[in-house]
Amino acid sequence: MVWHPRRYSWLLALAGLLLAWQAAALLVHDDVLPPPVAVAPVLVRQLAKGDLATHLLVSGYRVVLSVALAVGLAMPVGLVLGLNKTLNAITSPVVYISYPIPKIVLLPVLLLFLGIGDTSKIAMIFLILFFQVLIVVRDAAQGVRPELVHSVRSLGAGPWHLLRYVFFPATLPSALTALRVSTGTAIAVLFFVESFGTSSGLGYYILVESWGALRYREMYAGVVAMAFLGLFIYFLLDLLQRKVCAWVQL
Amino acid sequence: MAFAYGPDAPLFHHFSWRVAEGTAWVVIGPSGCGKSTLLYLLAGLRHPSGGLVEVDGVSVTAPRPTTGLVLQDYGLLPWATARENVALGQRIRGVAPARRREIVDQWVERLGLSHVAHHYPGQLSGGQRQRVAIARTLALQPTLLLMDEPFSSLDAMTREELQDLVVELGRGNNTTTVMVTHSIEEAAFLGKRILVLGHPPILSGYEMENPQAREAGYRQRPEFHDVCARLRRLIYEGSNGVAPKAV
Repeated sequence: MVWHPRRYSWLLALAGLLLAWQAAALLVHDDVLPPPVAVAPVLVRQLAKGDLATHLLVSGYRVVLSVALAVGLAMPVGLVLGLNKTLNAITSPVVYISYPIPKIVLLPVLLLFLGIGDTSKIAMIFLILFFQVLIVVRDAAQGVRPELVHSVRSLGAGPWHLLRYVFFPATLPSALTALRVSTGTAIAVLFFVESFGTSSGLGYYILVESWGALRYREMYAGVVAMAFLGLFIYFLLDLLQRKVCAWVQL
Repeated sequence: MAFAYGPDAPLFHHFSWRVAEGTAWVVIGPSGCGKSTLLYLLAGLRHPSGGLVEVDGVSVTAPRPTTGLVLQDYGLLPWATARENVALGQRIRGVAPARRREIVDQWVERLGLSHVAHHYPGQLSGGQRQRVAIARTLALQPTLLLMDEPFSSLDAMTREELQDLVVELGRGNNTTTVMVTHSIEEAAFLGKRILVLGHPPILSGYEMENPQAREAGYRQRPEFHDVCARLRRLIYEGSNGVAPKAV
């Protein structure tokens, strides 16, 4: 069998991180930093018992729904703005002013209007992702070469065909890249919004159930679960990009 | 017909040109003379500011189903394979899948693209990309074929190979062809009739007969070199602001 270093690179990276964690734990030698070998059985037990698994599923549901809503709305709106100069000219100042505003400061407003349930949490993550995807899709649609549009129009394409065969595939790689880049932000915001006013989700499990009760091994198990959630979503988006945007990798 | 990109940039003014069915025209002229614009007007992708562009007696206000356009930069979808690109026009026109497969298979094979049918444009050579663009257009069986400097970015050998292919594909059918080029040799080899445009605003062009064009071995004949020399002189006059006149 031929050895392909790249095929195993991520396994090596994971091993390296675990080794660094193990070494740090040995150096600190304190309950606040248990080694991975001590956290692993707790993680497995907590997952099997159902408690951590439920929190993981709730967090997964919140973040996946937010991502789906953000893409589902930002893609068509970005395409419309990218293709309609008048509409873009009207909305551009609004987008320009609202994009740099840190959306997280709107959390109290969302809590007031949408309550402390799932809706406000999903809305918060959605707001952050929506603007990022919207801007890249709009810019990518504007960047489509006119010659390409002319050549497809000459084949008899109407607006719907142009959208389907030209603009949608042209903007898809940018949208997926924006999502991959925003995954980290989405998980971070998820952690924050789950840290209060709820009794489910990984943020609640880590901060309230574990950290607050000085159960450090459980806390690290929650951190690992959250890291895996982020990694899983990132991996899915990466896979999707390779599958539907194969031409970009050439 | 009149056309301008702005009030200060008139391109065509009281311009008139008639193309007979089944003829092979080449339009040539200095850079910026409006030859590509003329093609876009014929394709229905641009509209005259005055007068009319008519094909088959019908005013062209939008792309016609029986007009095919091949562009300089191929105009292929980078995210579709060669085969999917060839099938694009058929898909847009709602051709049934079985019939579409049949047509696409035929053109992919005829243009020698079978071995690269599942490659993306980014994986193809310039010549192969242009073959895909030609196959995509011809698969729609156009009665008017427009080509905008289709081989300008190709090396000399590939260019001649594709010029021969155009001749071969045009044999035995009555398709009217209008090709825009900046290559004098290409104009002399492919244009049975050649329209030489001067510096804008263009009121009229100079029309040249070239009956031996498209014949095998024409590139090696003295007549071919004579036509090239005449074209060179006409274009030189046009680019220096002198309206082309008979030489």
